[in-house]
Amino acid sequence: MNKVPIIQMVNVEKAFGTQKVLRGVNLTILEGKTTVIVGGSGQGKSVIIKHMLGLVEPDSGEILINGKDINRISKKELCDIRMQFGVLFQNAALFDSMTVFDNVALPLRERTALSESEIAEIVNDKLALMDVPGSNDKYPAQISGGMKKRVGLARALALNPKIVFFDEPTTGLDVAKSNEIYRVFFRSQAKLGYSSVIVSHDVPKIFKLADYVALLSEGVIQENLTPEEFQMSTNPVVRDYVKATMGTLYTSENVEEE
Amino acid sequence: MLQFFEKLGGLTLYHVNQAGRMGMFLLSSLLCVFTPPYKISPIIKQIHMIGALSVFVILFTGGFTGMVLGLQGHATLSKFGAEGLLGSAVALSLIRELGPVLTALMVTGRAGSAICAEVGIMRISEQIDALDCMAIDPHKFIMAPKFVAGIISMPLLTSLFDVMGILGGYVVGVGLLKGNEGAYFASMYDSVGFKDIYMGLMKSFTFGLLIIWICSCKGFFVHMQRKASFGAEGVSRVTTGAVVLTSVAILVFDYFVTSILL
Repeated sequence: MNKVPIIQMVNVEKAFGTQKVLRGVNLTILEGKTTVIVGGSGQGKSVIIKHMLGLVEPDSGEILINGKDINRISKKELCDIRMQFGVLFQNAALFDSMTVFDNVALPLRERTALSESEIAEIVNDKLALMDVPGSNDKYPAQISGGMKKRVGLARALALNPKIVFFDEPTTGLDVAKSNEIYRVFFRSQAKLGYSSVIVSHDVPKIFKLADYVALLSEGVIQENLTPEEFQMSTNPVVRDYVKATMGTLYTSENVEEE
Repeated sequence: MLQFFEKLGGLTLYHVNQAGRMGMFLLSSLLCVFTPPYKISPIIKQIHMIGALSVFVILFTGGFTGMVLGLQGHATLSKFGAEGLLGSAVALSLIRELGPVLTALMVTGRAGSAICAEVGIMRISEQIDALDCMAIDPHKFIMAPKFVAGIISMPLLTSLFDVMGILGGYVVGVGLLKGNEGAYFASMYDSVGFKDIYMGLMKSFTFGLLIIWICSCKGFFVHMQRKASFGAEGVSRVTTGAVVLTSVAILVFDYFVTSILL
């Protein structure tokens, strides 16, 4: 079994004003695996992702990407590391003054020396993988929430990243749209083989995607276990969370297959 | 009492931090202007937004400023029997002072506010974070074209303002008040020198830089405002603040540039 750590958070602490959000987070993300971070609202799950992306600096602690502390490297090195990232933001964060096509093409135009025809080919490939047909010339305001997320994912995957971050990928979507997002996630991960970090509230459904589930509570990662181990955990905080979100004991085998 | 000093210290630290952020922002953006690759189309798009779309308002205000200068100048100069110097008075006032300052104030109101709101919305909707995550430098991608466009547009708009102002002064001073047509232009030719044009242009360069710097920086750091508020309210508050700060900065820098170049 592949157990190479690709991201490591070591004793990360962060406070915003007087509010201490992270109180010593230790979390390891393994290469090629999907780690889902769960926890109550306002616990700082998105803050963890922002630390991993280098968008927020910790008050103390280290964030290592492939062994390099991203807060102690040059801007150029951080740029090189970010070239391996793909991010799907909670609200997709599409550039609202650009068309769907231009949004997906942007990282290719800015970060590669590909010709426009090569870029068009890649963009159309990614959009086809995400099931977004015939929307190339539309603006983000003209497409639905689910479509925005899929375009956001197409953009995140444009440079064939090694690590993809999903910040609440299904928040605000109905069940059908959520299933669509999960479907394109499955399909794209199978094709591109990236590691992924997902922050989600969609428990227990999200467990189907997870290789590991990490619970953030009281500013620390309580456990980082496989979904089955997570549900069987004897840690009282995890047990309370499992009970509150899933009711009776839940196992992935009895989830209705899509 | 202790609380008072805590607040004072907090406020001081905030403003020192903000000044540092603004300085770093300007340096990073200007550095990106000179760093390849150089892309022309975003610059042209910004020149259209900052410059071309401001032309009408500049022509309009320039014309009326010149007309009022013609009116006031004629009334004042006629007391001394010096109506013949009207052209000189109007042209010098416009080229050295009113042209650059009023153009800058108009551009701040029209384009500066739009830039601040645009960048602010990009920040609160995580578009700037998205750029960072794609390893695309927001200073290069968003700011550099705006700085180049501002520095190119402002002298051109100022020149238009000056020309329209001189024509406005002519319409009132010569057309309406029946002043001497030859004297209007002759006095202008005699008194306006290269130094005056240079001063006007230097001012317009400086103001162009100031407008883009303050307005885009305020929008860029909308999430770091002291009375932090995200969303539309945060953007509207920061846009108002940016317009006020830019307008004040234009008048302050006008004094310093004038004192250096005189």
